[in-house]
Amino acid sequence: MFKYLFARSEDIPEGSAAVYFGFSAITWFVIGTGLGAFNASKLAFPDFVTGLEFVSFGHMRQVHVHAVIFGWISMAFAMAMMYVTPALGNTKLWSEKLGIWNAFLWNVGLSLGLTLLWSGMTSGREYSDFPWFIDLYIATFMTIPLGINVWMTVIHRKTQGIYTTNWFFASAVFMVSIVFIVGNLPEWFHLTGLTEAYLTWWFAHNVLGLWITPVAAAIAYYTIPKVTGNPLYSHRIGHLHFWSVVVFYSTPAAHHLMSAPLPEWLKSFASVEGVLILVPAVAFVSNILLTMQGKWNMFVENLEIRFTVTGCLMAIPLNMQGGFQQTRAINWYIHGTGWIVAHAHLALLGFSTFLEAAAVYLGLQTLMKRKLYSLTLGNLHFWFLLIGFTTYWVSMTIAGLIQGAGKIYEVPYIDVVMAEHPYMIARWIGGSLVFTGNCFWLYNMWMTARAGTVIPEGRMAHELAYER
Amino acid sequence: MVNFREYKIGARFFGLALGGSMTITLFMPSFDLRNVNATEVALDKQLWAGHESGFSLADPFLTGEHRPVRVTLKTDPKTGQPMASTVAYVYPAGTPLPNGVDHPDNLGNIVEQLSRDKGRIGEANKSQGAVFLLSSEPQGDGSKQFYIENASATKGWNPEEVMKAAGDENTYHASYGKSIFVREGCWWCHTLLPEETQDWQVFGAPPMLGDFNGESPTAFGSDRKAPDILHVGSRNSSREWMMLHFFNPRLVQPHSIMPRFDYLWGPVDDKGQKIDFDKWRAEYNEYVDGKRVTPPEVPMYASNSDARALIDFVLSLK
Repeated sequence: MFKYLFARSEDIPEGSAAVYFGFSAITWFVIGTGLGAFNASKLAFPDFVTGLEFVSFGHMRQVHVHAVIFGWISMAFAMAMMYVTPALGNTKLWSEKLGIWNAFLWNVGLSLGLTLLWSGMTSGREYSDFPWFIDLYIATFMTIPLGINVWMTVIHRKTQGIYTTNWFFASAVFMVSIVFIVGNLPEWFHLTGLTEAYLTWWFAHNVLGLWITPVAAAIAYYTIPKVTGNPLYSHRIGHLHFWSVVVFYSTPAAHHLMSAPLPEWLKSFASVEGVLILVPAVAFVSNILLTMQGKWNMFVENLEIRFTVTGCLMAIPLNMQGGFQQTRAINWYIHGTGWIVAHAHLALLGFSTFLEAAAVYLGLQTLMKRKLYSLTLGNLHFWFLLIGFTTYWVSMTIAGLIQGAGKIYEVPYIDVVMAEHPYMIARWIGGSLVFTGNCFWLYNMWMTARAGTVIPEGRMAHELAYER
Repeated sequence: MVNFREYKIGARFFGLALGGSMTITLFMPSFDLRNVNATEVALDKQLWAGHESGFSLADPFLTGEHRPVRVTLKTDPKTGQPMASTVAYVYPAGTPLPNGVDHPDNLGNIVEQLSRDKGRIGEANKSQGAVFLLSSEPQGDGSKQFYIENASATKGWNPEEVMKAAGDENTYHASYGKSIFVREGCWWCHTLLPEETQDWQVFGAPPMLGDFNGESPTAFGSDRKAPDILHVGSRNSSREWMMLHFFNPRLVQPHSIMPRFDYLWGPVDDKGQKIDFDKWRAEYNEYVDGKRVTPPEVPMYASNSDARALIDFVLSLK
């Protein structure tokens, strides 16, 4: 890939940028989940590796979070944008060279940022932990160039309309850049106190709501119709989904601070808007599942469909939790407990990761014109991810309920720690399964590039039989 | 094709929707937050914590450069005469000034007015350093209104004299301690926000609206895997307990899952002797295995070690 950095744009093969992003994403996924599993081991066995500053839990937790959000999830999104946007516009990517540079600078910036975080250089603000110059780098060299490529590709499309997926892509790259610039105002201008706390969660909420959730959903809007051959069930419901994301998902930031002394009107407003998140959620899930009509056999037979539909099904508990756990009636019980950690993993490791994994499987096979090397490894990846994630989610949800009960009934904290211990071990086992599954995936994709069956011109990957 | 009419309308509605949401969630709350007066808690905290506890250009690696200290004075730094115990916040030359002094409008109208007029904070100067006091003025209803007093201007105290008069045993490096709290990720488990529910019965009163002015970062934490420590200094003020607990939490709490922070001791103890960590760990393992009756002795930390600053910080959380 590095040879293309200085190649003439027309000499770069179509899809190179997407392939670069795709393999980077998988690699970051392996790194990020490896770190997650290691962190989990320290919560289960605090003396496992000890006495070294650089492998202490407090130095590594944020590295795990940022490696999966900005490495795995966001690079998988960029990968999907680089190949889906032109495909839906019946055109080429606006600039393959910009895409290659984008992927290169993304990896460089993220490696630098994570190294600094690991060393303890942090703003001390959750989800915007990077020091401000890294945030500036992310906006300038990562999200805005990606946006330019997507917008220019949409503008130069050869179709009349713009398909649902591309509205989401084009608006999400715009919104994430705005969220980065506005959400880091406390660091640009050294805002302090409650303003800083509120903006921290304004950023954290919106980077999920206006970037991860809509882009993941947009990917499903492409994958399901493309692979099943069914048209999208309803474009009207797609409209409803899009507009309700923009209106409802951008407003409930304050519900992350329900027990902080923010203005009461703001908390109440956020809480009501938070329940309205169910509007885009129901629109999305129903639209995707109804598109599956007549093709449910593919849920069993086809790997990409299985990943996508599993992700969509996980959006149901995700949004039921998300909509109601932030109301005052429930939030007082589960705020700050493992329940929330389980919910965050349901969003990122359940819902969104399964959709992106499908897109990366589909995209890399299509662009490299190689059939997936091994179905067995693909199946193993799916089941390791699903079982590992479920183990994690169930154990952390139970741990959260224990913490909540301990909080309400004034149980001495150490008794809560002891009661949670079995679930901490289960969490570590779940995380390790996810990590192992991802190692299979990286190997499988690498072998696909080297030894996968060539897909003939005009055929799609899923039309060919697997050989292993 | 680009000028498809529907997309023009759509783009305008998109701007309207996103702009509207930002107006409600950012612009409107700013009116509420701007009018908050800093409480005594907020003034105390911003004076001992200093300008910034996370990344800043003054201390990029969070290693404690350019930090204020909190001291307890028992003698007058000018005359050397005994005086009533007084807490002062010392900003040596070159230390970034507290946020309320840098930007007095952050303090709220009432506090800003008093701090400017009676406290003379406008005369504080970063390059010369300054000494601040948390002063109060009685109000008509019997309550007190707190403000920041610049003692360098009102009393002529300078940082060196005040630090000398206080002595090392009455000096708290809580500002650097808070940076260690941020750097070492303590806040990933120990929250700084007792919730507005039954939580306060164990962890103390939840903070009030004006308790955060000037604090950066607030580092509330969101994922509580350990006790809230906003008021920990009121529950446990034992330096020795803290020392054992940081060196190896399982010395005082066998079921704790907190990491060991023995590396914050640095290479030497308070007498300048090299600390043999490997020997300590081997002996501790023997103790865990039942081969020793008592655990090995925890070395006393050096007065300029990270461990000391972190304990100073924790004990400042009243």
